[in-house]
Amino acid sequence: MELWFTERHTPNVKFSIKVDRQLYSGNSEFQRIDVFDSKEFGRFLTLDGYMMLTEKDEFIYHEMITHVPMAVHPNAENILVIGAGDGGVIRELTRYPGVKSIDLVEIDELVVEVCRKYLPSTACRLDDKRVHIYYEDGVKFIRQCENKYDVIIVDSTDPFGPGEGLFTKEFYGSCSNALKEDGIMVNQHESPFYAEDAAAMQRSHKRIVDSFPISRVYQAHIPTYPSGHWLFGFASKKYHPVRDLNGTIWNMLGLKTRYYNTKLHAGAFSLPNYVEELLCEVEQKG
Amino acid sequence: MALSQVNAPIYEALRKFRRMRVVPFDVPGHKRGRGNMELTEFLGEDCMNADVNSMKPLDNLCHPVSVIKDAETLAAEAFHAANAFFMVGGTTSAVQSMIMYACKSGDKIIMPRNVHRSAINALILTGAVPIYVNPDVNSQLGIALGMSADQVEQAIYENPDAKAVMVNNPTYYGICSDLRKITEAAHAHGMLVLADEAHGTHFYFGENFPISAMDAGADISSVSMHKSGGSLTQSSFMIMGNGVNADYMRQIINLTQTTSASYLLLSSLDISRKRLALMGREIFAETVQMAEYARSEINSIGGYYAYSKELINGGSIYDFDVSKLSVYTLPIGLAGIEVYDYLRDEYDIQIEFGDIGNILAYISVGDRKRDIERLISALAEIKRRFGTSGTHMLTQEYIAPVVAEAPRTAFYADKISLPLKDAAGHVCTEFVMCYPPGIPILAPGELVTKEIIEYINYAHEKGCQLTGTEDINIKHLNVML
Repeated sequence: MELWFTERHTPNVKFSIKVDRQLYSGNSEFQRIDVFDSKEFGRFLTLDGYMMLTEKDEFIYHEMITHVPMAVHPNAENILVIGAGDGGVIRELTRYPGVKSIDLVEIDELVVEVCRKYLPSTACRLDDKRVHIYYEDGVKFIRQCENKYDVIIVDSTDPFGPGEGLFTKEFYGSCSNALKEDGIMVNQHESPFYAEDAAAMQRSHKRIVDSFPISRVYQAHIPTYPSGHWLFGFASKKYHPVRDLNGTIWNMLGLKTRYYNTKLHAGAFSLPNYVEELLCEVEQKG
Repeated sequence: MALSQVNAPIYEALRKFRRMRVVPFDVPGHKRGRGNMELTEFLGEDCMNADVNSMKPLDNLCHPVSVIKDAETLAAEAFHAANAFFMVGGTTSAVQSMIMYACKSGDKIIMPRNVHRSAINALILTGAVPIYVNPDVNSQLGIALGMSADQVEQAIYENPDAKAVMVNNPTYYGICSDLRKITEAAHAHGMLVLADEAHGTHFYFGENFPISAMDAGADISSVSMHKSGGSLTQSSFMIMGNGVNADYMRQIINLTQTTSASYLLLSSLDISRKRLALMGREIFAETVQMAEYARSEINSIGGYYAYSKELINGGSIYDFDVSKLSVYTLPIGLAGIEVYDYLRDEYDIQIEFGDIGNILAYISVGDRKRDIERLISALAEIKRRFGTSGTHMLTQEYIAPVVAEAPRTAFYADKISLPLKDAAGHVCTEFVMCYPPGIPILAPGELVTKEIIEYINYAHEKGCQLTGTEDINIKHLNVML
């Protein structure tokens, strides 16, 4: 018997992982949630059939979305994480002794429940006493916040389905308003490679550029996401992601990471020419 | 087999007809889409397959004897009416037909001035003479309200020869008059009561809504099924009570309605009626819940005022339709039309309309909670980014017109085109209105005043889409010689 999980990356490209067994399948109010075991990637989580994380490569995503802003902000104490019900970002954040409070806003309570049960490797720190979980729409939560957070991490799904509100201008505007004057927002920024993903990436980049004075994009290599070439957005009112990085201070924290380091931090903001062109295209338009 | 609300006779006949695989040597010439593949790819094969002509198995809207007749009977039952007609020319054609039924040339009809243009169009077609009841204006919100029953009674008393009274139930903004009392007064004087329920389909199916025209005893109503009812654009119902001669009404409708009624529209009416009859209560409970949620969140932003039943005053606001999400925007220093434009241009959100002081977001069962959240957040952002102190905002939304001539007389009169700024003091022969909502600022036969010109210019400057004049740029106005 052969059992395969397949995700369509474009109408003409499919990505498959051989499944050992399915551990969970359920429908929440918002989406279908599945957990599988595989030989190559270990356990993995999908939402509505889209790959969210695998045990083998989740460290890349979670380290890159968390440590980049945390290494730039000199004193990040109050953090907001939107999405991220799997707990991976929380796991990385709780390693910082200086962090005082982490608000996690996840629309789907069942995702958290399922991850606690089946993905302890990412959900392991959700019970940290600094973590406050709110089960509501991030768009709603954020509009009620003002001048409150040092760092906001938007760990969204794709710009369709329950996460689509997290790619809108009203959301980025609310984030800007919810950040302190030296706050940083980092978001999952889609991929530049396939045409449809690239268009979504450009759309959200344009909206972030309109909402923040500093807006840069950085990249990482994530094997199980479409094309493997993935982007993150770094937006801030004050700090430049590379010039304001103080590598020494971050290294003195002594956090052991498998992907992130402060040299790679600077390098990740150096983008391929075709990606720079895609970004420039929307930065220049009005 | 007896038919009930679970049936949709036109829809069922179309499905049956499709299975018969009849070879078409009749119109439409696209022949189930095969003759126009680009269109078929765009709209879908199923859609093209349903675009067929009237024929024996599918009945004929002009003279219904089988499935359309059955569907109309079911619709009448669903709307608590004696008879119902499927309308494929929009509620505009329904409004015009009911006025043409009630009035002949020279007959008087009592109506609020804030009617839709289709009602005044009907006056041009028939030559009927309007007796306008000027609606009260809420001076804060700047919107025209309903007619108070006292005002209508006064108009009836002064014009005992009038043939009919027309009522908006509700207005675009959700405001209702005391329809029951107005109906009693009109009937006591032998006048018909005509309701424009373009925005009131849900009154027949949901709970705790204002009273529907049929339940209030009104004679004829035009219902935009395609608004809150979920059918395709341009499809509507006309419904009527026992006192109306339905066979004569059919003749009236056939004066102007197409003889090639679209089965896409007819089946959409049929299916939507079935859906509302079976599930309307739950559907509209959900709609109201979303509207109420949005209202409370928008009010908590500050500045905006999303109004509701607290406006009720027993007269010109006898009742309020809580499924409407109308928001007063002037306190944030932006005209409604400006907020409307920002929502679309900055946030990719299209709402129903913005006027000088208000916006209206149309809420329906098709909405998703997360989209409501986006709308609320976008309004909060617009206030934060673009809000001003709110001075120099024009609030007056309704200007009582001076009617100098019957609309038909003015429309067909010898006329000249004058620059808008020079038109004051002349009698207008055409419409000027913002669309939507399509309620005329000026109608044929009305005196042009400085105040109205100022209002038109202001609306233009704020970005309202003005329509109605022969001059497409609204720089010139046709007036009577």
